[in-house]
Amino acid sequence: MSTTQEIEIRDTAAKVAAADELTDVKGEKMVLNMGPSHPATHGVLRLRLEMDGEIITKAEPDVGYLHRGDEKIAENMTYNQFLPYTDRLDYLAPLANNVHYVLAVEKLLGITDDLPERCQYIRTICCELARVSAHLLGLGAFAMDTGAFTVFLHTFTEREKIYYLIEALTGARFTTSYTRVGGLSRDLPEGWLDELSKFLDEVEINFDETETLLTRNPIFLERTQDVGIITREEAIDFGLSGPNLRGSGVEHDVRKAQPYMIYDRFDFDVPVGTTGDCYDRYAIRILEMRESVKILRQCIADIPGGPINVDDSKIVLPPKEKVMTNMEELIHQFMLVTQGQDAPVGEIYFGAENPKGELGFYIHSLGGGTPHRLKIRAPSFVNLSILSQLLPGHMIADVVAILGSLDFVMGECDR
Amino acid sequence: MTQKTEIGYNSKVEGEVIHTTVDAAVNWFRKNSMWPMPMGLACCGIELMAAGCSRFDISRFGSEVMRFSPRQSDVMIVAGTVTYKMATAVKRIYDQMVEPKWVIAMGACASSGGMYRSYAVLQGVDQILPVDVYIAGCPPRPEAVLEGLMKLQGKVAKEPWAKQHFKPTAQ
Amino acid sequence: MTTAAEFAQQLKNEFGKLISKPMEFRGEITVNVADASCITEVCEFAKTELDFDYLIDISTLDHYGEDPRFSVVYELSSISHRQQLRLKTQVTEEHGELPTVTSVWRTADWHEREAYDMMGVKFTGHPNLTRILMWEGYPHFPLRKDFPLEGKPTEVPDVAFTQTAPMDGGPFVTVASSENTTHREPRRRNPEDDK
Repeated sequence: MSTTQEIEIRDTAAKVAAADELTDVKGEKMVLNMGPSHPATHGVLRLRLEMDGEIITKAEPDVGYLHRGDEKIAENMTYNQFLPYTDRLDYLAPLANNVHYVLAVEKLLGITDDLPERCQYIRTICCELARVSAHLLGLGAFAMDTGAFTVFLHTFTEREKIYYLIEALTGARFTTSYTRVGGLSRDLPEGWLDELSKFLDEVEINFDETETLLTRNPIFLERTQDVGIITREEAIDFGLSGPNLRGSGVEHDVRKAQPYMIYDRFDFDVPVGTTGDCYDRYAIRILEMRESVKILRQCIADIPGGPINVDDSKIVLPPKEKVMTNMEELIHQFMLVTQGQDAPVGEIYFGAENPKGELGFYIHSLGGGTPHRLKIRAPSFVNLSILSQLLPGHMIADVVAILGSLDFVMGECDR
Repeated sequence: MTQKTEIGYNSKVEGEVIHTTVDAAVNWFRKNSMWPMPMGLACCGIELMAAGCSRFDISRFGSEVMRFSPRQSDVMIVAGTVTYKMATAVKRIYDQMVEPKWVIAMGACASSGGMYRSYAVLQGVDQILPVDVYIAGCPPRPEAVLEGLMKLQGKVAKEPWAKQHFKPTAQ
Repeated sequence: MTTAAEFAQQLKNEFGKLISKPMEFRGEITVNVADASCITEVCEFAKTELDFDYLIDISTLDHYGEDPRFSVVYELSSISHRQQLRLKTQVTEEHGELPTVTSVWRTADWHEREAYDMMGVKFTGHPNLTRILMWEGYPHFPLRKDFPLEGKPTEVPDVAFTQTAPMDGGPFVTVASSENTTHREPRRRNPEDDK
């Protein structure tokens, strides 16, 4: 017994602890600092872990390493000017963030019912494409962390195809800033929908390939089944959302519970898990991607023609021919660019189903073109809060699997 | 004294003998195997990952090994916004890197704070580290990252290695 | 199916004078809680009796120049009934604190830490009220209206520093107030002031 104790003293912290309590047979606790620069933490997250050997006894996540002051910046900008900052929140699905932000502003302005049909269809296409892109990267990173490096390369190849489509549509590979309050910045280019159809066929093959590599892979199953179990009560109490919430058996998808845009027209299912472990969350993401492809196909089939912006010069920039020739449009253009849209006094909250969970914008306006307060309800911020409850009792190697399955993004968490 | 060619090869001399300068040889070895330490902090980190994947393949340029260990890397690519809270960690990791080391500031946020002129963002990583190459863009395309790497390779090729390591002896 | 307005009415019937008349804007119901120190009981009732088991968000507002200065906003949601409700309460600057709702929803833990970090509103009874986004020891509360966007110089523990961000000549010259943009952010720059 005493020989074992001598060998176990490896680090100075343990030596100091052991020196004071030589008769303590409970074992020394080690404090491990994971991050903020760590390959498996998916960004700048710092985890302070207290461990008894390999088992974690206490975990404290330390966030804020990417806090850039978005909410204070929003108080100094007009609603359209803040749009590029929303790209960089969940930077894996910037199109979805753009759409949800302008939906929130449009709710405040009260013009949600005036949006033309084509605009709503294109926005839905953007959201679902962003969902596929974000889940592809989430799964790729998750698989890479658990050891399956090939899956990462496969999913990234599909993402390159999505980037190509998005670049044709918006001009940028990601960080798109595509939508505007009251509509979109530009219409679909020629032949884009056919390219998208072709891509959807290819990506379904990729889903099958990923599933072949992971779903019944014994190593992956060992690492993810019954690891990181979140019960239904815990999930609701901790405010989880998105695939994390649905993995624990709660059937709550904002697209079905409080439908926004035209989601009530589409026929799609919402996968819900049973156990709440890492494997369930992985399976839900794969199934959600397939459902997104279903929605995209329905959009491509039904998309109408027509305008893409609300027909109101006080909300949307008027066309340049009118601006250069008419006085009224010139004044509207000037006011929109310098002052922004004139929002009423009031406050709204708009929550939508982002790939990571429920992204919400709480806008409190005192009138005028800039918000008095813009609060971003980030799903990753709330998803991470469960770590101090979830990690104790797991082994250090499981931390990587759990972090990968929670699929958070620090840009969103810290804003 | 400028050099016109880096190597001299005379086929009449036996077989595989190449004359060159020590500088040229050492710099050639160094620039073609720059192992990056990816300090992927934010959105630029995703484009860095894309630069490392199959389509844009940074390993064609020798940066095959993206190790997250500072002791084993040559160039630190700061990709993303550096906040004041993160600055201490970045500096500490830079200090742990072994000489020779270089820094590439990728993207607008790392070069100058980007569009985040706020209370929490370090306005450019060059306030705490000596930067060799700045890559503009928000985020820069992977081709731009590769161009930046090539510019760094050009800079490394001109480094006077021998002068720094061999002091002229009194004759 | 019970709507949010009916839930708000049930809340008012239970607590009487404490709860204001439900206000409706853009399809959302907001209810004001007159006394911030009773917020925990109100939330407890909302969770157990009215099934508002999901706390979406806690935000804070700074009404600079008015008294009470701070508002705390709770967004509640009921997963089973698919309804949302907003509770608002006010906190003065001198008192600056209100009870925590962590005992009702555990997710309030991080939301309240962020509210404390950004606005300086304290929550009594909170298990660990420390800064979460800024570093420990940061002396200011960034989201207050009298704190400038470019920041103030401070020290970061272990090595670093913070400086103010350069705002010269840029459009984001702000003057701290609750007024609208034209007053807070004069956009016209005089060329002779440019360096």
